[in-house]
Amino acid sequence: MTTLTDPPKESFRLSMLLNDSRYRSITIQIVALIAFLTLIGWLLNNTAQNLADLGKEPSFRFLSQPSGYDINQRLLDYSSQDTNLRAAFLGLLNTLLIAVMGCIAATVVGVIVGVLRLSNNWIVARLMTIYVEIFRNVPVLLWIVFTMAILIETLPAPNKFRGDTPEASMLLGDSVALTNRGFYIPEPLFSRSLGDVHVLGESSLRFNVSLDLIAILATLIAGVLIAGLFAKRADRIQAATGVRPKTWHWRLGVIVLPTAALLVGLGLHLGYPELRGFNFQGGTYMRNSLIALWLALSLYTAAFIAEIVRAGILAISKGQTEAAAALGLRSRRIMSLVVLPQALRVIVPPLISQYLNLTKNSSLAIAVGYMDITGTLMGITLNQTGRELETVLMTMLIYLTISLVISGAMNVYNNSVKLQER
Amino acid sequence: MTDLSYVRSEMLPERDPPVSTSGVIGWIRENLFNGISNSVLTLASLAFIYWVLSHFIPWFWSPTWNGTSLGQCREMIGAAGKEGGACWGVINERWPQILFGFYPEELRWRPILAFVLMFVALIPILFNMISRRMNWFLLALVLFVTTLFVASGWLAVVAQGLLVVAMIWIGRLILMTKVTDRAEQIKAGAKRLPNPLIFSSAFVFIMPWLLWGGTLWTPIAAAFGFVVGWGVFRLLAPKVGDLAGLIVGVVAAIVWWLFLIGPVASGLNALLPVGLEPVQSRYFGGLLLSVTIGVVAISVSLPLGIVLALGRQSDLLLVKWMSVGFIEFIRGVPLITLLFVASFLLNVFMPPGTNFDIILRVIIMATLFSAAYIAEVVRGGLAALPKGQYEAADALGLDYWKAQRLIIMPQALKISIPGIVSVFIGLFKDTTLVSIIGLLDPIGLSNSIRADVAWNGVVWELYGFIAFLFFIITFLMSRYSMYLERRLRTDHR
Repeated sequence: MTTLTDPPKESFRLSMLLNDSRYRSITIQIVALIAFLTLIGWLLNNTAQNLADLGKEPSFRFLSQPSGYDINQRLLDYSSQDTNLRAAFLGLLNTLLIAVMGCIAATVVGVIVGVLRLSNNWIVARLMTIYVEIFRNVPVLLWIVFTMAILIETLPAPNKFRGDTPEASMLLGDSVALTNRGFYIPEPLFSRSLGDVHVLGESSLRFNVSLDLIAILATLIAGVLIAGLFAKRADRIQAATGVRPKTWHWRLGVIVLPTAALLVGLGLHLGYPELRGFNFQGGTYMRNSLIALWLALSLYTAAFIAEIVRAGILAISKGQTEAAAALGLRSRRIMSLVVLPQALRVIVPPLISQYLNLTKNSSLAIAVGYMDITGTLMGITLNQTGRELETVLMTMLIYLTISLVISGAMNVYNNSVKLQER
Repeated sequence: MTDLSYVRSEMLPERDPPVSTSGVIGWIRENLFNGISNSVLTLASLAFIYWVLSHFIPWFWSPTWNGTSLGQCREMIGAAGKEGGACWGVINERWPQILFGFYPEELRWRPILAFVLMFVALIPILFNMISRRMNWFLLALVLFVTTLFVASGWLAVVAQGLLVVAMIWIGRLILMTKVTDRAEQIKAGAKRLPNPLIFSSAFVFIMPWLLWGGTLWTPIAAAFGFVVGWGVFRLLAPKVGDLAGLIVGVVAAIVWWLFLIGPVASGLNALLPVGLEPVQSRYFGGLLLSVTIGVVAISVSLPLGIVLALGRQSDLLLVKWMSVGFIEFIRGVPLITLLFVASFLLNVFMPPGTNFDIILRVIIMATLFSAAYIAEVVRGGLAALPKGQYEAADALGLDYWKAQRLIIMPQALKISIPGIVSVFIGLFKDTTLVSIIGLLDPIGLSNSIRADVAWNGVVWELYGFIAFLFFIITFLMSRYSMYLERRLRTDHR
């Protein structure tokens, strides 16, 4: 006699697709997929039909046609005979330029403001609060056009620098000229230059790499690495004897001396801007649009970074500081050995997303006429070729790539500093 | 008892602390001049504040309110014997434009009424301190004042009479009963006034009608779409199950909105024409445009963002990947590219011959944009909930939606409130980007004002005024978020 029987074999019924939670998830997903594909198909079909009606079948041939417009602030050689692709490439470089400049300036200002907001000096803390609130609560586009208007309306025109008793004069020993067309600053020149390397021949993506720059960077990096060896040796001696030998002069020397020697060898000198005729010649010319965008973006983002830094420092519990003080560390070492390493873990992820925001906000360059990727590819190229679909999609893809690269780097960092729990 | 005369038998009077550590002087020493570096910082800050104010106040206090051009302003400043100063004439002349754009002057009561009503509609959502009676009283009052201003004829008199009666009745209720008595009466079964949220949800349809005008039947028919969907769901759910009923209900509502609204509304309008004079989108501008885009995009993107966040946290692989793809794509591109899509491409994506309104297109893209950001904020809130909450909800036998509605969302949304409000603030600030695709928001208008011969060269006054407008709104929003955080804080810290 058996008391155990197999449970009745369940046969599959159609209603189980809706009522049995094992199958229902599949049903829902299939319905969602069908709806999604239908939507995409519908959009693509409409697009194809509309473009065919307009006689604008998608094609990327416009990229190899001459652009026919000039890019006034650029990092590489370019003329209006160059292709649209090269214009877009220069635009991309301009985007990256403003992004890097902005991120550096915003970090410097933001960290200073964030720390000062926590200052026990009442008036400084209040001033910094006012700065943060004013900049955070007003649109960044307004700051950009505002700064641009201020630069144009309040700075003197280049011809004001002329004559025996000029109305305006250059700053810092006649080396910097602030005019309403832009800033002229000294440029580094090498009298015994090593020359440039031309990469990619005549193609649209060609660029030059300065051998001087590579040599300087290589020397600097080598110096830093050797300085690191000195520090390691000092660590070893400290671990063995308890006394840390003084190495900072060695480390500094190893970094500074070879670089200085190289710079002298290359014949570094500054090329100053000079007033010739109605305008300045020589030096590096930074247009108003670049300056306005840079100032506005950095000050705006710095207000957010200040809040992030403040929150990060406040997130470290007071016990940590007190414990470090009880161990006999001095306040500077408490900051660098105990508070900062922990605060950075809180600060860095939102900081990087602010960098991302800054990069995306740099697309507002189009409002002041700075020729970044939005201004070239999605601006003038779009208007001249009428290729809305292609240009807008390309621009989106480029920004998407930049964002994904930055956030990918952030994930790598996050994983490397993550607390190892259990 | 032995004599213990060496023990003091009464307390000595307390001595005041040294002057240098108490009172104003002590505070100053403590907070401003403790140490050399702090003293230097304090002096530098004071010098900076003095420098700013000594330039700002004379500039601000400038008798140019009636100037009609920059040149005339300069003359007025010269006549007042000043070096320089602000030219407030530009604000005096152009502030209606900065607020309303080119919205017809005689119809401006409509946007004003819409935004006043918006606050009445928002009060029951934003604050829980105002009672139902107060809210209905406020609504009646606003409508009464409006009829005084804009309407005339016997219909207006009837409406005013009704509103006055309503106000007196509600006012009597407010004055005659105490709050505690009222609570007991309600417990005993007394009738309450209807929930003011009824008006809040109706306002969603009233606002576009007030702004754009047209026949009254269109918003009514649009609202009826929800009734259709709900009716179909209630009818079918007992027969074919909740899920299928829901799907059919949604499809029915969409069919109603896409195909039946137009004929129904125009048919009803032919029978009984009631409506406001239509105003085309190209007349919208200034702060009105920013607020319209901001409000609509904010209110639609919140539910959309929550759905996306749930999709991203879902166990259903396909749903999850679609949500992730959408969110990451939108977050990876700047808003300006999405606005270019709205401006150039959205009509291309639609069936041939569709040509819908530019403001609507911008609102769609702005909504998608902020929905992606809200989804990430809400996802943060969901991830911050302890796993036990999910398991407890499962253990109680709640299904997915009930668990989300009753257990998960109230907690997750509470955690995400600061993030959500900062997304809203960001979105409101980002509405200024529409000036780049040619809409006349305050910044777009500022460009055209500065291009005007009379005001060529005006910078500080104009941009300062616009910045001030935005600052007030966003600052209030951030203060509200702080208030909400305090109100919802249930832990004891």
